[in-house]
Amino acid sequence: MAHDHDTDHTGHDEHEHGHEHAHDHDHDHDHDHDDHSHLSDMDRRVRALETVLSAKGYIDPAALDVLIDAYQTRIGPRNGARVVARAWADPAYRDWLLRDATAAIAALGYTGRQGEHMVAVANSADEHHLVVCTLCSCYPWPVLGLPPTWYKSAAYRSRAVRDPRGVLADFGVTLPATTQLRVWDSTAEVRYLVLPQRPPGTDGLTEAQLADLVTRDSLIGTGLARSPGAPA
Amino acid sequence: MNGAAYTPHADLGGQPGHGPVLPEPEGALWHAGWEPKALALTLAMGATGAWNIDASRAARETLPDYAQLDYYRIWLTALERLLAERGLVLADELAAQAMLHPALPLPRKLMADAVPATLARGSATARPGGPAPRFAVGDAVRTRATPCPHHTRLPGYVRDKVGTVVALHGAHVFADAHAQGLGEQPEPLYTVAFDGRTLWGPEGDPTLTVSVDAWDSYLSPA
Repeated sequence: MAHDHDTDHTGHDEHEHGHEHAHDHDHDHDHDHDDHSHLSDMDRRVRALETVLSAKGYIDPAALDVLIDAYQTRIGPRNGARVVARAWADPAYRDWLLRDATAAIAALGYTGRQGEHMVAVANSADEHHLVVCTLCSCYPWPVLGLPPTWYKSAAYRSRAVRDPRGVLADFGVTLPATTQLRVWDSTAEVRYLVLPQRPPGTDGLTEAQLADLVTRDSLIGTGLARSPGAPA
Repeated sequence: MNGAAYTPHADLGGQPGHGPVLPEPEGALWHAGWEPKALALTLAMGATGAWNIDASRAARETLPDYAQLDYYRIWLTALERLLAERGLVLADELAAQAMLHPALPLPRKLMADAVPATLARGSATARPGGPAPRFAVGDAVRTRATPCPHHTRLPGYVRDKVGTVVALHGAHVFADAHAQGLGEQPEPLYTVAFDGRTLWGPEGDPTLTVSVDAWDSYLSPA
């Protein structure tokens, strides 16, 4: 399978779709999915919960939209990409990131929920890092946003610690047989960020151009940074 | 959620039979219209202080149909369960989509204008001044051999295995105690690395090293 990062169109559709339904309080049967009844059940269930939690004063309904918007627009893998681009461009920042990732990442403005205690690990020609949470879905939210479905799946969580090369093959990534595989199972509140290798042929690029080469998957270790000119 | 009845379904490391991993594009945040609200309700209720993150993980991992649910259904089902167990929202209210019983007091309420600062602050679990570490980087340690009758964060695949301490993280809130409502009981936290063949036998990938983050009481000198 080719490593597919052609995200813009699909991602945008999903985004719009989620947003539209998230704000739909008025209709029960307006779904364009095959499985009408099931989705209606879930919509009703979530709406019932929101209604009761709001009526009891436990939640501010306006906070829900702010939370959703934060993870749709502000807190996502472009943050991690900017951290990596800075580390590629600035050796002193790279040293700081590897020594005290929480502080170095905070210096770029990314802090807080599910990233309180950060560790960055650097890929090299000899060693490749891969991050997983076999027990649930622990993930460094301030730099990567919400985990993708596959990161939370039984397939990934079961195999990443036992057959990481097989998992990498699912992502179209093949490493030399001699590369050391280093898997980090996030079993406490430490969160891991992979610093991928800087691709060759990137000497003259700006930090913004470098960040464009850093895919979400490369920050987890299931992918590599793109080379300039490779499909986005 | 105590005693012999505690059956976690989330401890998946090394389990065979789950098939290939299915990559997805970076922008694909949601897969159903109800998911964003399920996320936001979970975060908003988590911020009230009605329970802690370890209690919510315990509620999720013990759902009997865990293996059949996708992740946002796990979150939503566990949220309903946490609310019901504390008498905060009862099943008849969800069926009626209306408040039928009085609200109970909660420590906090997350208002819309406080969301950015609340997310940016997070909830650190490091507890400086907690107990001093028993082990140093380079020490050989053996992990606990027995399963737990309560929430724990030592995966089954590293049980009763010898590894090496590769990092110290200071004292952190102890998830096992915290999940049971027994307070924070901070313990030193370590990263412990295991050779792949220690975990998976001679057929394991010879280039593989796997680490977990383990609290002090999971470990003994090896």
